[in-house]
Amino acid sequence: MRTCDIVIIGGGPAGLAAAISAKENGIDDVLILERDKELGGILNQCIHNGFGLHTFKEELTGPEYASRFIAKTEELKIPYKLQTMVLDITADKIVTAMNKEEGLFQIQAKAVILAMGCRERSRGALNIPGYRPAGVYSAGTAQRLVNMEGFLPGREVVILGSGDIGLIMARRMTLEGAKVKVVAELMPYSGGLKRNIVQCLDDFGIPLKLSYTVVDIKGRERVEGITLAQVDGANKPIPGTEEFYSCDTLLLSVGLIPENELSRGMGVEISPITNGPVVNESLETNIEGVFACGNVLHVHDLVDYVSEEAKAAGKNAAAYVKHISKKEGTIIQVVPNDGVRYTVPSTICVVNMSEELIVRFRVGAVYRNAFISVYYDNERVIHRKRLVMAPGEMEEVKLKKEQLEQYPDIQKIMFQIEEK
Amino acid sequence: MEQKKLTCICCPLGCQIIVELENGEVISVSGNTCKRGEDYAGKEVIAPTRIVTSTVKVIGGSAPTVSVKTKADISKNKIFDCIRALKEVEVQAPIKIGDIILSNVVDTGVDIVATKGVEVI
Repeated sequence: MRTCDIVIIGGGPAGLAAAISAKENGIDDVLILERDKELGGILNQCIHNGFGLHTFKEELTGPEYASRFIAKTEELKIPYKLQTMVLDITADKIVTAMNKEEGLFQIQAKAVILAMGCRERSRGALNIPGYRPAGVYSAGTAQRLVNMEGFLPGREVVILGSGDIGLIMARRMTLEGAKVKVVAELMPYSGGLKRNIVQCLDDFGIPLKLSYTVVDIKGRERVEGITLAQVDGANKPIPGTEEFYSCDTLLLSVGLIPENELSRGMGVEISPITNGPVVNESLETNIEGVFACGNVLHVHDLVDYVSEEAKAAGKNAAAYVKHISKKEGTIIQVVPNDGVRYTVPSTICVVNMSEELIVRFRVGAVYRNAFISVYYDNERVIHRKRLVMAPGEMEEVKLKKEQLEQYPDIQKIMFQIEEK
Repeated sequence: MEQKKLTCICCPLGCQIIVELENGEVISVSGNTCKRGEDYAGKEVIAPTRIVTSTVKVIGGSAPTVSVKTKADISKNKIFDCIRALKEVEVQAPIKIGDIILSNVVDTGVDIVATKGVEVI
């Protein structure tokens, strides 16, 4: 059987950054497997700008951001296979894939980096009543049609969900000549970045209705209109608040789900909160030598952080392949508490962590003038004020190895949000 | 005296800022929490600008369209003119990232450049 030091599943921003990092950390035998016909992943359809502010200190469009990493991949001569679908990975890291040229083939990998990204939550997951006419699209599908295929999926549009893709598509459809009538959001706050609300909705006078949802879709062959209703505190529609909007298209921007069928298949433990693998300080899953990064691990807001995380995964996978012996040490549980929904990573072994470890997390509600607090067992060691925190914006705290070494006996590190 | 209200985009706080103008000049900014908000509001009420991104048709390429952007930001009120101008454009493959697709779009002095490469089929 063919062998390979590190097989990377997915050639999007996470896979590319992981591959580059693995190569730069001394592993030559790296292979990227990508199912699309080109590298770059979802960035290829994100033609708007705003990518790379943190990484390159300039605002790039999605394809431009991707091109920098693709160019580096080519420069380092990292091999990749396009239009190649990975079908299965076993717990002992045999990757089964197929493509037109080679048919079905298997590779025995020493390490695997999971970088499959995420996909959109669909109508079926929302239980929206009404017929099943044409004209209901996920926002990302519409984005692909408009930006890559050159089709406009509709003329009169209602958008459910105010995630960033939905907001971006409200502007994009408007610029292409469609009338976006309203964006409805179930939650009392938007899940999108403030900048997108202003530049994609306010700039074009598109109303955003918070605490509203779709209660009916009218139309048998094609969408003819949708009915919105206000929801109460339990997200139940309030009778009498229904409003009808005639339209031919409904876009759904209602959340992203990490794509972990392969991970589950090989026995990787999945967090019920993030829907991504549970990982340690090295971004390694419960299976030794299997790492995860990017949106397959947890859904990110900014690609810059995906690249940063993937770089760490690539470096750690390289160290694993080089048999840089992992040291034995106490495994500290990282525990999300009041207001914190989850953390990545979930465990930390201090002897194996880098000098500085970034712990990423999301809060469960909007907080103003609150504190991020970190406890080592019962001692509060970090207490940082934040003017505002929202579920739509990922938070991070850097933990220093030097500091953790001064607490050799702790069992858990707890993250929570405190009012004072 | 004229008053303009806007939402700050500098951070998730989204301050509701009120700018007071007299003869087209900012005389006061209020509602902001930090200096960044003041700077943003000042520019946004006097001369709002945006980078515009879109796609144009490709002839003989490996993809039917290519993504493009204004190389620098242009006046916000020229966005739709810019998009209309791009509807008329067709480009021949191959296209390299950074290629000028249209010079001086709607007399803004700003060029439209490709943000992706397209190969010949």
